[in-house]
Amino acid sequence: MTLLSVRGIGKRFGGLQAVNDLSFDVAAGSIKALIGPNGAGKTTIFNLVSGFLHPDNGVIVFGGAEIQALSSCEVAVRGMVRTFQHIRLFPRMTVLENILVGRHVHSRAGFLAGMLSLPFTWKEERRIREKSFEIMEMLGIAGHAGTEATSLAYGQQRVVEIGRALACEPKLLLLDEPAAGLNMRETIEMGALISRIRDMGVTVLLVEHDMSLVMKISDEVVVVSYGEKIAEDRPLAIQKNREVIRVYLGDDEC
Amino acid sequence: MLGGMTAVTLNHFLPLPLAIVLAVVLTMIIGAVIEILFIRWLYKPSVLRMVIITIGVSILVREIALHIWGEGVRALPYFTGSSVSSINLGGVYVSSQVLWVIGIGALAVASLTAFFNLTMLGRQMRACAANRDAARLCGIDAGNMVTLSFVLSAAIGAIGGAIVCPITYVQYDSGTPLAIKGFTVAILGGLGNSTAAVGAGMILGILESFSIWVLPTAYKEAISIAILLAILFFKPSGIFGSAEAARLKEF
Amino acid sequence: MVRRHFPVAAFAGLIVAIQLATLFTGTPYYLTQLTMTAYYSLVVVGLCMLIGYAGQISLGHAGFFAIGGYVSAFLTTFDLQHHRGAFVSLLEKSGALVFRHDVYGGSLLTVHPWLACAAAILLTVAVAYLVGGPVLKLKGHYLAMATLGIGIIVYRIVLGTEFLGAADGISEVPGFPLPGGLLITGNASSRVSNYYLAWGIVILGMVLLLNLIRSRVGRALAAVHGAEDAAEAMGIPTARYKLHTFVLSAVFAAVAGVLLTHYNAGIGPSEAGVMKSVRYVAIVAIGGMANLWGALSMSLVLNYLSLRGYFGTYDDAVFGVILILIMLFAPDGLLRRHLLSDLKRMVSRNPAEEETP
Repeated sequence: MTLLSVRGIGKRFGGLQAVNDLSFDVAAGSIKALIGPNGAGKTTIFNLVSGFLHPDNGVIVFGGAEIQALSSCEVAVRGMVRTFQHIRLFPRMTVLENILVGRHVHSRAGFLAGMLSLPFTWKEERRIREKSFEIMEMLGIAGHAGTEATSLAYGQQRVVEIGRALACEPKLLLLDEPAAGLNMRETIEMGALISRIRDMGVTVLLVEHDMSLVMKISDEVVVVSYGEKIAEDRPLAIQKNREVIRVYLGDDEC
Repeated sequence: MLGGMTAVTLNHFLPLPLAIVLAVVLTMIIGAVIEILFIRWLYKPSVLRMVIITIGVSILVREIALHIWGEGVRALPYFTGSSVSSINLGGVYVSSQVLWVIGIGALAVASLTAFFNLTMLGRQMRACAANRDAARLCGIDAGNMVTLSFVLSAAIGAIGGAIVCPITYVQYDSGTPLAIKGFTVAILGGLGNSTAAVGAGMILGILESFSIWVLPTAYKEAISIAILLAILFFKPSGIFGSAEAARLKEF
Repeated sequence: MVRRHFPVAAFAGLIVAIQLATLFTGTPYYLTQLTMTAYYSLVVVGLCMLIGYAGQISLGHAGFFAIGGYVSAFLTTFDLQHHRGAFVSLLEKSGALVFRHDVYGGSLLTVHPWLACAAAILLTVAVAYLVGGPVLKLKGHYLAMATLGIGIIVYRIVLGTEFLGAADGISEVPGFPLPGGLLITGNASSRVSNYYLAWGIVILGMVLLLNLIRSRVGRALAAVHGAEDAAEAMGIPTARYKLHTFVLSAVFAAVAGVLLTHYNAGIGPSEAGVMKSVRYVAIVAIGGMANLWGALSMSLVLNYLSLRGYFGTYDDAVFGVILILIMLFAPDGLLRRHLLSDLKRMVSRNPAEEETP
């Protein structure tokens, strides 16, 4: 079953065609990787899919509904949550508080209820705390619950950011370079974590530079270059694809 | 306001043209001092922070003016003729001071346009406005450019104050509404476009004057600000500016 | 639980202590300015919520204060006896109007203060939504300019409108009745009860805001303030939350305007002036932006000093200078939370680290 379907999207910045007539599908329960040389438009594609940018043309279907015109907030409410290439944790907030914010779409206390501290908000608050601790336990960061999130080591901040996204209980998790800035051991752990997330039933779409990670964990890979798709296949097939090798290593290799 | 007030004071013991020139120079110096004291040394201040600081400074200037000049209303004499004399222009009687205002205003716009388009310094200033970091990489001293822009706008403000004050009079608190109006006009014309700003200023002035037919005079100022709000709501890039340019601009 | 309620209790204790101090020193007349200070503080804490927690700035809160005050003042002093129409008699039958006597013994038929208060709040909410809706989608300083504009428009309208008393304002506003036979009024005989009433209302407002900060909404606001795009990606409707906070803080200002007008028995155009708005912002700034208690205590001190005339003719200049100094040297506010921990960090950090942040 297809969870996300990108059909013929394009985006132009002034004179630059950043993304051109790009299509791919993400099957529910799979890990799909988006790779390509620097400047290929991967982050732009991510921003288009997650509602941070809107495509000039084309359709994005998520869970059976068109979402290309929705804001990033509405996209998140529908169950697609992203992380950022440059970690965007909330400063001055503890790890727990960061994860609690992730529960936002699954709670409903508004301004009035919050000001009056109505009884139902206490129960809700307790519930989202329990759930947040569950997530932190799973990720092994429960020990840092009370630490200011931005004071953690870089690798742990990445985990917190993923935890925050998981707290939204997304159907589709978008990871923008989850291994960027991590050392080799952390990268391997990150790969294991992503596989575990997929096994929990969350579909994953990631942009990544680290080929060993991509080849190891993804079920399918899309290769883009200059905003266009040049290949889409299983990792093993991608590694043998002549076009992909040409794009990555230059023409003389062929 | 400062320009007008200083010119009035200086006119007590100096001939009128000299008083105005000196007042403009003084205001320019004050503008430079304010920028150097309050803005220059800040590290990458946000626009909001600068807006608040300048509002604070304007309050200070106003209070100082109040303590120097009191609450009295002052005016300069008409440059030529008097408040009752007028010139016949094809059947329309116009006060001579109005012609002075239009003439000097046109001259100021023309010289500004020339400055920004023809001189090296003007081009450097535009470069800074468009992209500060890039301009700095080209060897332009961005800090000096900001000071210069303060001095320039202080000078133009002072000239404006001096030439208008024979008609409108000047008081310690006549600055604030003018500042808001100035901001309105600048937004209306699209920021950083002095020719469009003149057009916008005319539109605003005409709308304001016509509003007196429908509404009490006391609401005149409210009208011009309501126009500002309307612009902010519907077309924040200004009526003459393009949406694309507004998005790219820092302000 | 105890930790949460301690500051509230401590502040209530301070209020009682101040009253006792005036009692024993024989200076109960200070309570009048202290009561007025309370209502101004209500504006300040509402504004603090907007500036500190939603990260937006309003330079027009005096305008909202004046909308509240003027609507209430007008409705409770405007004699409807000679305007009897279907609408007026309908209001009268539903008990929304009251007969009362003015100071000269003549009879008046006016709107009930509670209904007037409701009308004032409704108008404020409408204006705040109208202004905030479109502007909050733009960058922060546009809200500053737009609210500054609203403040001046309100000022010009009340100054130039005959039936709002023009430069004289509206006077002879009746007291505001509360349940339990209490009345918000400036009569010397009920000075003490009004002092406690006013500060009680402020504490109530504080509790509401403190609850809000601790709630899901408060957390979301903190997230928006910290990293707006990430908050948006977590499904938080950032623009809507900013708008609601803006409206909420405008309502705080309007309620303060209503109550102070009834306490002072009148309101004048100076309440709508730009200087008042700037003053509120300056107090929030010195109080530490995102620090309700800091803002409240600074408001208590500065408003009181100002109302007692300690700043003389430099009243406006004092607040202007405060604003400039804070913005120049401590743009995050002076008495901000985390101040202690930040100072500690600065002291303990070694110089080598400092050079490569």
